[in-house]
Amino acid sequence: MPTKKPNRNITIEKRLDGFCIIFFAMASQCEIIIETTKKSIAKRLGDTLAHEVWRIEDKYSRYNSKSVCSKINQSQGQAVVIDNETYLLLNFADTCYQLSDGLFDITSGVLRRIWCFDCSANIPTTEQVNSLMAYIGWPKVHFDEKFIRLPENMEVDFGGIGKEYAVDRCILLSQEITDKPILVNLGGDLCATSPRKNNKAWQVGIDNPNVQVQKGQNQQMVVSLYQGALATSGDAQRYLLNNGKRYSHILNAKTGWPIENAPRSITVVAPQCIQAGILATLALLHGDNAEKFLTEQEIKFWAIR
Amino acid sequence: MQLMKKHNRKKVNVKLTLAAATTALLGGTCVANTNNEGSELDAWSFDTAVLYYGEIDRVTANEVMLGATKTFDDESVLNLKFTFDALTGASPNGAVAQPTVQTFTKPSGNGEYQTPANETPIYNGFRDSRVQLNAQWTQPLAANYTVSGGVHFSKEYDYLSLGINGSLAYDFNNKNSTFSVGTSYFQDIYNPVGGIPEPLGLMIPGSGDEDVDDPTRIGKDDTKLSADIMFGFSQVINRRMIMQFNYSYAMIDGYLNDPYKRLSRVNSNGEAIDYIYESRPDSRKKQSVFTQAKYNFGGAILNNTVLDVSYRYMWDDWKIDSHTIDSRFYIPVGNNSYLEPHFRIYQQSAAEFYQPFLNELNVLPNYASADLRIGEMTTYTLGLKYGTLVNGGDELSFRLEYYTQKPTNAGFEQQGVLASQDLYEQVNAIIAQVTYSF
Repeated sequence: MPTKKPNRNITIEKRLDGFCIIFFAMASQCEIIIETTKKSIAKRLGDTLAHEVWRIEDKYSRYNSKSVCSKINQSQGQAVVIDNETYLLLNFADTCYQLSDGLFDITSGVLRRIWCFDCSANIPTTEQVNSLMAYIGWPKVHFDEKFIRLPENMEVDFGGIGKEYAVDRCILLSQEITDKPILVNLGGDLCATSPRKNNKAWQVGIDNPNVQVQKGQNQQMVVSLYQGALATSGDAQRYLLNNGKRYSHILNAKTGWPIENAPRSITVVAPQCIQAGILATLALLHGDNAEKFLTEQEIKFWAIR
Repeated sequence: MQLMKKHNRKKVNVKLTLAAATTALLGGTCVANTNNEGSELDAWSFDTAVLYYGEIDRVTANEVMLGATKTFDDESVLNLKFTFDALTGASPNGAVAQPTVQTFTKPSGNGEYQTPANETPIYNGFRDSRVQLNAQWTQPLAANYTVSGGVHFSKEYDYLSLGINGSLAYDFNNKNSTFSVGTSYFQDIYNPVGGIPEPLGLMIPGSGDEDVDDPTRIGKDDTKLSADIMFGFSQVINRRMIMQFNYSYAMIDGYLNDPYKRLSRVNSNGEAIDYIYESRPDSRKKQSVFTQAKYNFGGAILNNTVLDVSYRYMWDDWKIDSHTIDSRFYIPVGNNSYLEPHFRIYQQSAAEFYQPFLNELNVLPNYASADLRIGEMTTYTLGLKYGTLVNGGDELSFRLEYYTQKPTNAGFEQQGVLASQDLYEQVNAIIAQVTYSF
C-alpha cells in the first residue's frame, strides 16, 4: 500500500493570552497552547514539540515500514537490536501486562486481522479467533536492554501507549524551553504544565463519544484542568452489532473476544498522560466493573456508557 | 486463595506501580537540561505607551507610561508602573458666559484675565504635570487563594496623593468561580496656587501685589481621605463566556472642592454681579454595581472573536446617578493582528447642589457648584484599536478615539441675557495612543 506523504506543517495562531501551535500527527490534530506574549518562544516550542511527536510517530508507528516497530514485527523470529527508549517502552508495556493480569497485551494487535469494528455484524468465527491466539502472548516475547526477540508471526503494537507517551515527552521538552503555562493536546490526550495566568484552570473540550447526544447538546464535554494529564480510552464509533448484541472494540487479549459491558469511553485524570491513558484502558478491560476499578483506586474519571 | 491474593494486589498497587513505571519511562529518556534560556528571556516584560488627549480649544494632555512586570517561580507577580502627564490649555472657571467682556482674578490671586463677550469663561494659563508611581505585588497563598497589595504615589504641582490597597481572591468550583474582596485607602493633599479659597467667598479682583493678604484665602492646603471596599464575583459560564459582578462602597472625606472653580452671581436680568468660590459638602459616599460579560464566539470563522460588554451603575449621597455602558469587540485579523472597535456611553444626573449660577436675590445656599463635571451630562466615546505582533512576539498597538461630552440643562431657567448664552458647551476630544509591549 503506497503511503501518503504525511502533512508536516506547523501553524501558529495568536490567541488572547498567548499562542496556539497546530500540527497534524498520529492521525490527530495536535495543539500546543502557550501563555506568553513572545512569539519567538512559542515558535521555538512549537518546532521542538512537533518534531518530537513526529519522531515518536516515525519510530513506533506500525504503519510506517521504516519504523522500529515494523523492524521488530518483520524480524521473523530473529533478535532485533533496540535502543534505551524502546527498552523503556517495552518495560512499561510489561508492567501494564502484569497489572492487568494479561488483559492488556501489546502483542494482541494481530487480532485486528479478523476484528474490524465498522459497526457491521461482521463477527469472526471461533475458529478464526482461536487460530490467531497462538500468536498472542507477551510472555513469549524475550527482551532485555539490548535486544528483543519476537516469535515468528507475532507483532507488537505501541498504539495503546504511543500518543500518551508523546504528550509526556512534549511536557518534558517544553520545560527546557520555557516555564510559561503550556497545554499539550494530541488529539484529546493532553497534559498541562501549570495553571494558566492568575491561577485559572484550562478549559478543555473533549469529544463526547456518546453517540446518543441529545439534539442541541454539546458534542464536547468541557473539563477544567488545573495541572496534569487527561486521557480517554474507548471509541463510540467503533463497534460491531450482531443479534442486538453490541461488541465494543476493546479486546480481551486472553480470549481474543471483546470485553463485555465495558463503558463506551473513559476519561482519566493523572499526573502524567501515559498513566492516565493506561488507567483508562485498564478500566475498560474491567468491563462491568470499570468504574468500580477506578473508584477503588481513588482515581478521578468520567465514564460514558 | 490465589484469586483473593491477586485481587488484593491489584487493588492496592495499580496506581503506585504505574507511577513508578512512568518515572522509569520518562525519567530515563529525558536528559534534564537546566538551560533556562526561555525563562530568563521572560523574566521581565515591559509595556510602554504614549498617549495624546486633546480637547478642541481646551485641555491638551500628553502622557508617557512605562510598566514592568516580573513573574517569579512561585507565580508571584511584581508590577511597577510609572506615568508622566503634562497638561496644558484652558479649563472652564465655572462662571457663565455674558454678552459683555468679563474680568477674573487669576487662580493665584495675582493678576487678571478677561473673557470676551458671549464666550464660556475659561482660564488659559492652565499648566501642570503629574508623576505617578504604582507598585503591586500579587501572590498565590494556598491552592485557591491569591493576595495582592500595592502602593500608589502621585504628585502634581498643587496635589499630592498617597495610597495603599489590598485584595484577596478565592477560587472555587474548579476555579470556575472567583470571589474577591479588595480595599484601598488614599490620602490626598491639595495645595492650590494662591491657597485655599473660602467656600462661597467673594472673589476679589487681584491687586497684583503679593504682599497683600487675600482675605478670601483661608489656608495654604487641605486634605482629602478616601477609603473604599469592593466585592467581586466572577464566573465562567461555559467554555466561551465569563461574567463578572462587582459592588463597591467608597467614603470620601475632607476637602472636596475645586479651588479654581467659581459661580457667577447674577441679577434678575441674568447679568453677572460678582463671582464666588464654590462650596461642596466635605463628605461623599459613593456606591456602584458593575457587571461585565466576555463572550468568545468560537467556531472556524469567529474563533477568538471576543465581545466584551459592561454596565456600571453608580450613585452617591450628592444625588449623582450615573450609567456607563462600555463595549469592545476584539476581532483577530490574520494570524498576528487584531482590530478592536470601542464604544462607550456615559450618562449622569447633576449633584443636588449643582447650579450653573446663583441668583443675587436668593439666600446663599450652604453648597453650590457650577462645575459641569458634576452637572447633568452624556458622553460618548467611539474608538478603534489596531494591534499587531512585531519582532517575533512583541505587541505594537495604535488606538484612536473620539470623545464628546454633552452637558445638558438639569432644569435651570436662564433669565434675561443668559437666555441667549450657551451655558452647556459641548467638549470634543481626540485620544491617540501608541503602545509597545515586549
